[in-house]
Amino acid sequence: MATNIFFKLNGDEISYEVKDHWTLLHLLREEMGLIGTKEGCGNGECGACTVIVDKLAVNSCLYLAIEIEGKTVETIEGLASTSGTLHPIQQSFVENGGIQCGFCSPGMIMSSKALLDENPDADREEIKHALAGNICRCTGYIQIFESVEAVKGMGGQNE
Amino acid sequence: MKAFKYLSPTTVEEAIAFHDQHSETAKYIGGGTDVIVKVKEGWLEPDYLISLKKIGEMSELHKNDATGELSIGAMVTHATLEKSLMIQNEYPIIYDAVSNIGSLQVRNVGTIGGNLINAVPSADGAIPLIALDGIALLHGPDGERSCEVKDLFIAPYKTILKPREILKKITIPPQAPHTGSAYIKFGRRAAMELPLIGIGVLLSLGDDLQTCTRARICLGVAAPTPMRAFNAENLLVGKKIDKKILIEAGKIAANESKVRDSVRGKAWHRKEMIRVQVRRMGLKCLEIIKNNS
Repeated sequence: MATNIFFKLNGDEISYEVKDHWTLLHLLREEMGLIGTKEGCGNGECGACTVIVDKLAVNSCLYLAIEIEGKTVETIEGLASTSGTLHPIQQSFVENGGIQCGFCSPGMIMSSKALLDENPDADREEIKHALAGNICRCTGYIQIFESVEAVKGMGGQNE
Repeated sequence: MKAFKYLSPTTVEEAIAFHDQHSETAKYIGGGTDVIVKVKEGWLEPDYLISLKKIGEMSELHKNDATGELSIGAMVTHATLEKSLMIQNEYPIIYDAVSNIGSLQVRNVGTIGGNLINAVPSADGAIPLIALDGIALLHGPDGERSCEVKDLFIAPYKTILKPREILKKITIPPQAPHTGSAYIKFGRRAAMELPLIGIGVLLSLGDDLQTCTRARICLGVAAPTPMRAFNAENLLVGKKIDKKILIEAGKIAANESKVRDSVRGKAWHRKEMIRVQVRRMGLKCLEIIKNNS
């Protein structure tokens, strides 16, 4: 069963024929070739597949593609400018050691973006609460929290 | 994942009609944070998934200022409840419980109704709604019926819902003045974890701000289904509430619980935590009442 859906992806209007049982993660990675979003557990436990749908961080592995009809989707590919300039959150992760192996980074950064878009002055507790669903096995999280906190001093997170 | 057809009704009646057409091969889906996992793992093999997302009335969160009744649509997400200032201020026990379910990604999508009808012994969402004397409104092929939220649960993973029946909403009757409520999900860590034990306490005091007029002590993971510690509640009603009597209530609640050993923890540990946390949540209720008076 396939349905044609319309949605906004990283600022572009998209029309795409999706199968009813595709997850959003499958649509992004396997069909559209946007492999920045990662699949970790596939069960909503690890947050590696986090993308933003209508301003909310969601696990794309548990979100059906057909349900993004009419919605706005943001993925890690949409953050840096077309000229390659990193988004302030990405730049901050690079500068503050928020990235080691990098597998959790797209999810971490999308969760951070959803948080900072809603609450630019998030404190450490709020950052922890928002990132609790993103597992990192390298950094011990401290540098990640510092990376998110440091965005405040980098001229905001406007695109 | 197994292929299925996704249906998107806009009314409860239409959803039930879809289910009637496809009987055993259809399954309702709410936020999907449980159903999709089960389909991926092959525990569910539906040919049709009937989404409840487009049924507008099921996503409404509304407090009737005239009657004081709170209405929570079954499709209201945990995050919607968590972010609501009305919930934070007037129903802190709901906030305490939903703000630590799963992760933010799960709470942004997962719904309170889904949390209830999954009927896991550890369902954080159930405890506050039981403490608040919540009423569940069910809609099935034969029309509507309602029951107390505590009577929804029959056994682990089993509710009274009949085939094709939908949990539509939960209503919370108006709260008495001088009411405080609090919940703690007690476990090894806060995030992405089921509780070792869940403890919810609600206290209403009379105009003297001392005498208990109503007490609810509700426990999760303390029995096969969410339970009320009636003996402990009865101890408190009519008495002046202080730390001493809350300590006693904690002991009684621990004794009437039906805790057992599981992979997540031992029965004796659960009992100890009920004893301690009933007192702490009771004191928190008193603090809330004091701050609001």
